[in-house]
Amino acid sequence: MNTSTPRHNAFSQKHLLGIANLNPVEITELIDRAEKMVEVSRQEKKAKHTLAGRTQINLFFENSTRTQSSFEIAGKRLGADVLNMAVSTSSVKKGETLIDTAATLNAMQPDVIVVRHSSSGAVKLLSQKVGCSVVNAGDGTHEHPTQALLDALTIRRHKGRLNGLTVAICGDIANSRVARSNLMLLNAMNVRTRVIAPKTMLPAGIEHISAEVFTDMEEGLKDADVVMMLRIQRERAAGQQIPSTREFYRFYGLDERKLAHAKSDAIVMHPGPMNRGVEIDPAIADCDRSVITEQVEMGVAVRMAVLEALLANEEVQS
Amino acid sequence: MSEQLLIQNARIINPASNDDFMGSMLIENGIIVEIAQGEIAAPEGAKTHNAHGNVVAPGLVDLRVFTGEPGHDYRETLGSASRAAAAGGVTSALIMPDTNPVLDDGALIDFVARRARDKAEINFYPAAAISKGLDGDDISEFGLLKEAGAKAFTDGRKSIQNAALLKTAFTYAVNFDMPIIHHVSDDSLTGSGVMNAGLLATGLGLKGIPHIAETIPLDRDVQLAEATGVRYHAAQISCAKSAEIIARAKKNSDRISAGTSINNLCLNENDIGDYRTYFKLSPPLRSEDERMAMVAALADGTIDVIHSDHDPQDMEGKRRPFAEAVDGAIGLETMLSAALRLVHEGQVELITLLRAMTSNPADLLGINAGRLEKGAPADFIEIDLEYPWVVSEDDLRSRSRNTTFEGARFSGKVLATFVKGKQIYGLKD
Repeated sequence: MNTSTPRHNAFSQKHLLGIANLNPVEITELIDRAEKMVEVSRQEKKAKHTLAGRTQINLFFENSTRTQSSFEIAGKRLGADVLNMAVSTSSVKKGETLIDTAATLNAMQPDVIVVRHSSSGAVKLLSQKVGCSVVNAGDGTHEHPTQALLDALTIRRHKGRLNGLTVAICGDIANSRVARSNLMLLNAMNVRTRVIAPKTMLPAGIEHISAEVFTDMEEGLKDADVVMMLRIQRERAAGQQIPSTREFYRFYGLDERKLAHAKSDAIVMHPGPMNRGVEIDPAIADCDRSVITEQVEMGVAVRMAVLEALLANEEVQS
Repeated sequence: MSEQLLIQNARIINPASNDDFMGSMLIENGIIVEIAQGEIAAPEGAKTHNAHGNVVAPGLVDLRVFTGEPGHDYRETLGSASRAAAAGGVTSALIMPDTNPVLDDGALIDFVARRARDKAEINFYPAAAISKGLDGDDISEFGLLKEAGAKAFTDGRKSIQNAALLKTAFTYAVNFDMPIIHHVSDDSLTGSGVMNAGLLATGLGLKGIPHIAETIPLDRDVQLAEATGVRYHAAQISCAKSAEIIARAKKNSDRISAGTSINNLCLNENDIGDYRTYFKLSPPLRSEDERMAMVAALADGTIDVIHSDHDPQDMEGKRRPFAEAVDGAIGLETMLSAALRLVHEGQVELITLLRAMTSNPADLLGINAGRLEKGAPADFIEIDLEYPWVVSEDDLRSRSRNTTFEGARFSGKVLATFVKGKQIYGLKD
């Protein structure tokens, strides 16, 4: 490494493909940067011009109004030209492969492509075929790194730290990219991780990824500082992984009785969109311990931080 | 005027008779007429080939080779597969029926057999589909297919799910004394799985294929084979539990056998790394423990056959997100060199290894191949056990590039390949 060049950016990667590729210093850098972006967003005049003249393409092969809007607002607040490419499944049906799409977009000279895809590893594959930075906005059941970063930022703002906390993640761990990214980030930051789920929703080898594994929710929530609920995919889960959503709610839905086992100041989180009455009691979702809407705000800040870090970094390198 | 060829100064290994000695071999009109320790006096006018002390072994017999002919010629033709086979020391190969159209009709078997005679220098034997169209519903015309030249019945990549159909097929195959070769995989337990189930799959966010997706249908097949008396060969097993099932079955029957792919003997799930689709295979690459169990099962004779599972696929099918990519890897040209790693590591005896690639598969098909003895066709190979080389996809003869051994450093290679006494490949040519 050339130490004579002043570096103002501890985040030196070209892409954000997953939490697995980040070390604790880089994670902290991104969260610190996001913390400042919260203030930018809360000003009356929110515009920053660090990405003026840069082009950001949001390429969503899977529909997600929330995440896509969050990335769009983040890019616009930094002054980037943001383009939402709706990739309907029809172009895939016409035979265009992911590689074809990547080559087409690359020819338009974007500075950053934000990608969501239903296949694990697809975003990484695309990143190998384009010249610009790529941000993973969720790939299959693999990773969703900006979600984990925004969750970490939310937790740190409430608890003042990450180190030493106990975080319980509850729900369909097997099919959740949010759970994977969160477990990796929290483990890296020395958080005591727990997962709580029926065995049909626990993936093979989970005991090597999460510090503790519970099938009983009350035991799993005991003395937790943070309770993170996951969205249940109703269509997929019912009849396959669980008998019914009402049975799931009875044993794994977060209600007041179960939440009472967590610490009295425990916060409640959910990546959204929520299935009220399936994984969470509506009253809990709206209570003052719930930080769910704040997570949405932190989402914009984190995505601003990520976009700026990646593109500013490009300038340092060039 | 007869044509004679004398092989001299060879380490002759004939697994069928358990022979391994320094000697000579005389070939006349494509048939072995004499094998002896030491020297054989050269008949007048005979050509000679000095093996310089290298191994001379029967040409390899590969029980699982997919080609693209008919239907997908751009992936592999019988001609290109033959060239790849010759360079890998394979002189006989069973062609899988997963072509377009499917080999489920006597006329198609006849077509492929004729085409192979015209375009290929090695011996290709067609396998016919167990079920019509490989759809797993109705059995194909075993008798007519046998008459047309089919040497075995298999549904290739597909695994029949319906136990009643299997029972019918096994029972009916006994009439014609034909072997059934079956890939065992339970569709419902495999689900949308794309790699070995476990920590690695969980970390990559890929759906896993559990061992029971293989062991449960294998258990069913073994019971059906015992009940019907069919000559049954589990096409490819990949885990220790499957080897246990086969070992148990063999105590009661000598008509049950098992094979494994060279990939499951030499590679493990870690080779997938960051979604490398060339390592997406069926059965999937398993953990290192399971790989070691396969090697042990080969060494103790539980696994009878090593095959290449040669499955040419184009880039279009492989350059996709892992779950969407097609399965399969080419292997004809690298099978022997990869397998020799197990010998160099001291895990398997050379003669055992060669038996699993020569006389065992030949006996299963009932073909006159895989042995060096008086009266047998002179299909043989010369192997330098130490020859160092590095695999480069650019040098491979297959039309497809999907090798699992790109960049692999091997010790040992086929120097020359002969079919019916005629040299069809030479490393130094």
